[in-house]
Amino acid sequence: MDGDHLFEDRTPGVEEYEPTANYLTYTVGLGLAILATIASFVVAQTNLLWPPGIPVGLIVLALAQIGVHLVFFLHLGSGPDSTNNILALAFGVLIVFLVITGSVWIIANLNSNMMPMPVQ
Amino acid sequence: MTIAAIDRAPSVPTELVRGRGGGGPAPKRIVVAFGFWIFILSDMIMFSALFAAHAVLRGNTAGGPTGAELFNLRNVFIETMCLLLSSYTCGLGALSAERRQPARFLIFAAFTFVLGAAFLFIEATEFARMVEIGAGPSHSGFLSAFFTLVGMHGLHVTSGLIALVYLVAQVIAKGLRAPVLRRLLCWSLFWHALDIVWVGVFTLVYLMGAS
Repeated sequence: MDGDHLFEDRTPGVEEYEPTANYLTYTVGLGLAILATIASFVVAQTNLLWPPGIPVGLIVLALAQIGVHLVFFLHLGSGPDSTNNILALAFGVLIVFLVITGSVWIIANLNSNMMPMPVQ
Repeated sequence: MTIAAIDRAPSVPTELVRGRGGGGPAPKRIVVAFGFWIFILSDMIMFSALFAAHAVLRGNTAGGPTGAELFNLRNVFIETMCLLLSSYTCGLGALSAERRQPARFLIFAAFTFVLGAAFLFIEATEFARMVEIGAGPSHSGFLSAFFTLVGMHGLHVTSGLIALVYLVAQVIAKGLRAPVLRRLLCWSLFWHALDIVWVGVFTLVYLMGAS
């Protein structure tokens, strides 16, 4: 039956039971996410990090936590079933990056080229 | 990835490699989740526009209160934990549903709802307090962007809670059938995605705005 299983998988419309996760996956994900959250709040409110480096540290922690969420909660893995989802995610990340950095860049440029305004 | 690399994969013939069209169409569950994933990514792109607007306008406080004066980080931390734990119970609920354990699913769904509602309650109280002291969305560019971004996330959480009630009603009325399970899968993707957006909100808006 083990060999047949591969073929059964492909039958369209068949809902096979396919465990993608278990309680442990979610619990590990929760633990890591809580750690990253606490670290973010501690870093933001203390001088544990060199103060000018705090924004960078916060962004790194946020990216780490987003990674934890994607892997442990949304189950984006390296498996073949995830291939299309990962490609779509990569495209989404590209667009998000373009929208945010593009807006910030353009408006900063516009700001620095503004005529000095009289104080109202 | 070359053909040779696929060939080396143990015990799976090349023509059966999933995700590369091997062995026919993917199960409906995979296809539905992929479609919903595309929707979630388009939602993320909408949020990215709001994040960009906030990043541009964060300094334009019009002489009014800044983030450092307005934000209560203790409340933000409680909100974050509520949403994170509700994401966790949502995952456990989805797992119980997949394993056809309706009673357990209903318990986890109730936890998810209560934690999500607690998040919304804290957020609404914060908004009401800010409007009361004259720091409403019409006060400055910074506050307009703040209320739009955080409010949009709150609206998503609200619609998620309404959808959860609807889904629980379906589970009670129809049982854990395949179509209901697919809807639950999509809903849990949505809920986890909202938590990802919240990671961006509490980092970029609250923590960076308060320091």
